[in-house]
Amino acid sequence: MKARVHVFLKEGVLDPQGKAVASALKTLGFEEVDSVRQGKFFDIETGPLPAREAEERVKEYCKKLLANPIIENFRVEIMEP
Amino acid sequence: MKVGVVVFPGSNCDHDALEWSSRLLGLPTEEIWYQDRDLRGVDLVILPGGFSYGDYLRCGAMAARAPIMDEVVAHARRGGLVIGICNGFQVLCEVGLLPGALLRNRSLTFLCQDVYLRVETTSSPWTSAMRVGEVLRVPIAHGDGNYYCDPETLGRLLGEDRVAFRYVSPGGTLDPEWNVNGSLEAIAGIFSEKKNVLGMMPHPERASEDMVGSTDGLGIFKSVMGALCG
Repeated sequence: MKARVHVFLKEGVLDPQGKAVASALKTLGFEEVDSVRQGKFFDIETGPLPAREAEERVKEYCKKLLANPIIENFRVEIMEP
Repeated sequence: MKVGVVVFPGSNCDHDALEWSSRLLGLPTEEIWYQDRDLRGVDLVILPGGFSYGDYLRCGAMAARAPIMDEVVAHARRGGLVIGICNGFQVLCEVGLLPGALLRNRSLTFLCQDVYLRVETTSSPWTSAMRVGEVLRVPIAHGDGNYYCDPETLGRLLGEDRVAFRYVSPGGTLDPEWNVNGSLEAIAGIFSEKKNVLGMMPHPERASEDMVGSTDGLGIFKSVMGALCG
C-alpha cells in the first residue's frame, strides 16, 4: 500500500514560516499573494493491507505520531492499494 | 531526595542539569538512558534541554515516544515530580503531560539571551520558596518556544492558577517587547493539574552560580527541596 499524508497547521494557529514565505513572494513581485500556510507531507509504503482498513490504519499513524492534534490537522490519501 | 536526568539522543543540557542537581544542590543524581524502562526509584525526573532526535518531525515528538517516557508518564500520574526544561518542556507537551504546544518563535530566529521571568504563583512545589511577582533573570536558547494553546485550555490554565512564569520587562511588567518568542499571554512555564509537573522554556540550571552571572535559577530546586524534605 502506498499512502500520502498531508499535515498542516490548524486555522488560527500562527504560522510564522508561512508568513515569511508570503512576504518573500510579494518581494519577488507576486503582489497578488494574500497568504501562505506551510505544511508537510509524508509518502508511506507498507506491506499489503486490506483496502477498507488501509485508510483507518494510516489515520492511526497520524494520531499517534505524524500530527500533533493540538496544532495540526491531517489528510490521508491512499495512492495505491 | 533522588534525582534522575533522562538522556535522549541529542540532549545537550543533561550535564548542566546533573551539575545543577548534584554539585550545586548536593542531591544524589543519576542519568537515565532513554531506552531504559526503569526510573530506578528517583523522586524527581528532569527532562533536560537540547535537540532530541535533531528536532525531527516536531520538537520533542520523537523523544515523547521513547521507551523511558512510559515510566515518566506513570511517575507523573502517581504524583511524582517532573520538570521539563526547554526541549524537556516540548517533550512534556508532546507526551500529553502538559497542555498546548511550542511553536516556532514569532521572529523565526533562534533566540539565545537572558530573559526576565515573573513568578506568577507560589502555590506549587516548584515555586513555594519564592514570592509572587519576584523577577528572575534566566537564559533562553530555543527556536521553538512560542507557547500556544486553544482558548478553552488557556481559560483552564488561568482559572486553575497553573501559569508558573511569564516573560516580563526587567521591572516585572508585561510588555510585548520582552515576550521575545511571542508566547500566548507571555507564558514561559506551566504546571500540570496537580502541579507536580513543571514545563518551562528558560534554563534555570544555567542561572544557578555566581560565576555565570545569576543565581535566580536556584529558587526552583530550593522550593522543591523544601516541599519534599520539609
